[in-house]
Amino acid sequence: MFAGAMAGILVTMALALVRGIRGPTVFDRILAVNMFGTKTVLLIAVGGYFMHRPEFIDLALVYALVNFIGTIAVCKFCRFGNLARDDARSTR
Amino acid sequence: MSILDIITSICLGIGTLACIVGGIGLIRLPDFYTRTHGASITDTLGANLIVVGLIVHELGNIGDHNWWLNPAKMFLLLVFLFLAGPASGHALVKAAFARGVRWDEPPTPQEGGPHAD
Repeated sequence: MFAGAMAGILVTMALALVRGIRGPTVFDRILAVNMFGTKTVLLIAVGGYFMHRPEFIDLALVYALVNFIGTIAVCKFCRFGNLARDDARSTR
Repeated sequence: MSILDIITSICLGIGTLACIVGGIGLIRLPDFYTRTHGASITDTLGANLIVVGLIVHELGNIGDHNWWLNPAKMFLLLVFLFLAGPASGHALVKAAFARGVRWDEPPTPQEGGPHAD
């Protein structure tokens, strides 16, 4: 059961890597990397139960937080070219 | 095989299927904005169903010492994935639109599309 779910998640990660390599724009690559990170969270969570070590869920939680912050930071950098720009004065 | 194992198998199976379908969509869909749809399926439906399956699996340990700890952590993970997936997708699409990423216009029959006579 857990092994099958891990295999499916690994297949999805491979598909996301293909889009990340092929992606014509940088936003396709960010999309693929974001999806790859979410699938890593799931792989850690399911893998913890597969190996009978449910403590891995802590690692999954931390990885989800880091993945979200990283995606938002890279989006902001690709949109404004600068991470320190004030959003309140540059709405468009 | 108890009822909890059956529910866990169903949740993990549907979640994995949604993940693979979203991955195929990420490969095959034509432009960036439609690919975002495929990625959002895996980020919300697939991820949340897999975590729900793990929570149901953990409910078989009710009564053990600190049995509520792992389901509580997975519930936090569930809430965070449910909020963060659409938020990051929205930020990504907004950034792409502000930077001028184009989408594919469907061919109209007046401009010599495949069904123009």
